[in-house]
This record gives sequence, C-alpha cells and structure tokens, in this order.
Amino acid sequence: MMKPIKELNPQFLESKENKEHLISYLLGVADNYLILAQRLGELCGHGPNLEPDIAITNISLDLLGQVRSFYQYVAQLKGDKSTEDDIAFLRKEREYRSVLLVQQPNTDFGYVIVRQFFFDVYNKMFLNALQQSADETLRALAFKGIKEASYHERFSGDWLKRLGDGTVESKQRVQQAVNDLWVFTDELFHSSKADDAMITAGVAPDMLQLREYYYEKVENLLTEATLEIPEVPYFQKGGKEGLHSEYMGYILSEMQYMQRAYPNSRW
Amino acid sequence: MIQNYNIPQELLGILESVKDPEIPVLNVIDLGVIREVIVDGKEILIKLTPTYSGCPAMDVIGDDLERAFAKAGYTTTIQLVMSPPWTTDWITDRGRKALEEYGIAAPLDEVADKDVLLNNKKLVKCTNCGSQNTKLISQFGSTACKAMFQCEDCHEPFDYFKCLK
Repeated sequence: MMKPIKELNPQFLESKENKEHLISYLLGVADNYLILAQRLGELCGHGPNLEPDIAITNISLDLLGQVRSFYQYVAQLKGDKSTEDDIAFLRKEREYRSVLLVQQPNTDFGYVIVRQFFFDVYNKMFLNALQQSADETLRALAFKGIKEASYHERFSGDWLKRLGDGTVESKQRVQQAVNDLWVFTDELFHSSKADDAMITAGVAPDMLQLREYYYEKVENLLTEATLEIPEVPYFQKGGKEGLHSEYMGYILSEMQYMQRAYPNSRW
Repeated sequence: MIQNYNIPQELLGILESVKDPEIPVLNVIDLGVIREVIVDGKEILIKLTPTYSGCPAMDVIGDDLERAFAKAGYTTTIQLVMSPPWTTDWITDRGRKALEEYGIAAPLDEVADKDVLLNNKKLVKCTNCGSQNTKLISQFGSTACKAMFQCEDCHEPFDYFKCLK
C-alpha cells in the first residue's frame, strides 16, 4: 500500500465542521457508486447476451459492495443510530450527491457502455489517487476498490472499441451515446466546499489536477475506437449539489420502494 | 503462501465446518478470510477479511460463523478487516486442491493470470481432462471471482478462479 502524502492529525475529526465535511465528501463519492449500481442492476437479465449480462451485474455488485463500505464509514462517523441502509434508502432526492452522468438511462447498450467507460476511467484515476489519502480507512477502501475498477475499465473500454470499430449501426449508435453523454463528464471534476476542505486536509485527492489526463485518456480510446470526439459549448452540472435530472426521482422511487412501503424491513 | 493465522487450535474444527456458500468445498480457513480469533470466556471476536467488496457470500459466512459458534455455546462478534486486502494467495494449498476437484481451476500467479485473461495464452488446465488447450469464454463468470473457460479437447466448460492481488 502506498504511503499517505501526509498523516492526519489525530484531533482532526474532533472538530464538528471537519467531520461534517468528511461525511459530505464521502457521500459525494459513494452516491455515484450507488446510483450507477442501481442503473446497472436494472439490466439484470436484459443483457444482449450472457457475457455482458453477467459482467454488468458483476460490476453493479462490486459498486454496491464499495458503497456499503463508504456508507458504513459515514454511519460510524455520524455516531448516531443510522445504518448503511438508512443512508442508502431513506434520504430525499436533494440529499443525494451523485453526478448527473450516473443517472442517465440505459437507452441502449451503447449508452450503457459509454456511461460506464466515462465513469470507469475517472473512478480508476480517483481510487489510484485516494490510495495516498491521509485517512487510513479511505486508503484501505481505495486499495481494495482499484482492483475491481481496473476490471470494469477493461470491460467498458473493450466494448467501446468493439462497438465503435464494429458495424455501421453499432458505430452510429455508440457515437450518438458519446455525443449525448459528453456534457456530463466535466461534473466529475467539480468540488464542493466540503471537498475542498478535504483536499486541503490531504484526505481527498484534488481531481481537478487530473482532469487533463482524464480527457487525454478518454480521447485516445475514442480515437482508437474510430469515434469522433464531440465538441460542446458548455457542460451540464447540478447533481453534486443535489440538483438532479428528472431521472433521479424515478430511480429513487424504485430503489426506495421497499423501505418506504415496509419501514425497517430486513431480508 | 502459508499465513500465520492467530487462531486458537481448539476452535479450528468449528471454523473449518463453515464453508463458502458459493463454493461449498472451501471452508473459511482454506479460503483465507479469517485473520484472527480472540476468545474471552464464551465470547468470541472473529476478524474477517472480505474477498470481493460486493460478494454476497460474506454476509452469509458471517451468519454461518455465528450459528456454528452458537451451537458450541459461544456468542460471536464479526469484525471486518479491510487492510491488507484479501488476495487469492491466501487460499491454502488444501483449498486449491479442493477447488480443482470441485471443477474450478485454481488461480494462476499474477503474470500468468494476465497472460490468460488478456493475451489468450493457454495456461489454465481443464479441470475435467487436464489439458492445457483451453480458451477464455468470458472474463466475468457466475460470481465476481471467476471467469469462464472451455476446454478445446474435451469441450467441457469450467470456471477459473481469477487471481486477485
């Protein structure tokens, strides 16, 4: 495991403000995993054939596993009676901190792959950097998660090349997905006030510094997949501040249904 | 490959009676997920390292451990230890043998594993006939830890336990 850039002052979490910022930061990370996992879970049994069907549900499961560790950490920091399930299922729409990208629907297999690829490249870079966090728990989660994230990126990247450099139909469809989803990529690099506080404390990596590298990596693979790189006049944002797209309400109503209909129900 | 588990010998039998629910020939010791067992009278603390983050078997293993120890009159607390993360190197030799007999090819080392999954090298031995003339069908298998292979000689499809390091 990598060495942290700096060690966290043991008194750091005794400050209420620091603790709240850390919780907010953790939710910003974890909510992306949760919503993407939910989107991917919708595809269970609906993949175009067995291999991607299994792969997509496996990826969904990995993300859910990671989200649990993050929410457990949040619950531990909160120190009240809340559990990982409360955090996942009992928040209101505006309280989720997930970016707009992960909420986008499974329009077709091309969209699923492009959404995944845009996220996987980011996630792998993020977890790589998080391994040097000043927070010991986050270092451990990053070290664990990156192995899985590498598998995910390989899967989505391979499919992007296969679809882009495939048939006329697959190329046209996947290009459409790239064009439509491109506007949501920039938000991955936005940071909130809480994020900034965690960056200063050495807990969070400064993802803005990796933005250029991200686009270089994504654009190289799009070129390899014989796809064109879109140009957009502006990028979309909002999810990170709780201002979600219309899709979010539908996602939550399905995801939260059981807990809302039968409060405190357990498997 | 041999791990220095900190496990009281008299409890080994109970631990070995708890199997991975997905791979019932592999007990938790052979799977290499038990880090430490601390006994205080009739109370037991088990430190356990999860394999894959989202592996549903982990919750079941935790419940099964509690049940197995309850039968012997112990109350059990399970504590997850994330660091250092679990690796397939922690599967014991006995565990690898049990996997192979069960029809799951045991993980190769890191380099060979990459060659197999990324460069289509023929290094995984068929669990049915032993031939090395095997091909990857899918990087993702029936569970997160496995990939799907097929033997080109006897045509038997089988699982390969991916190397995790």
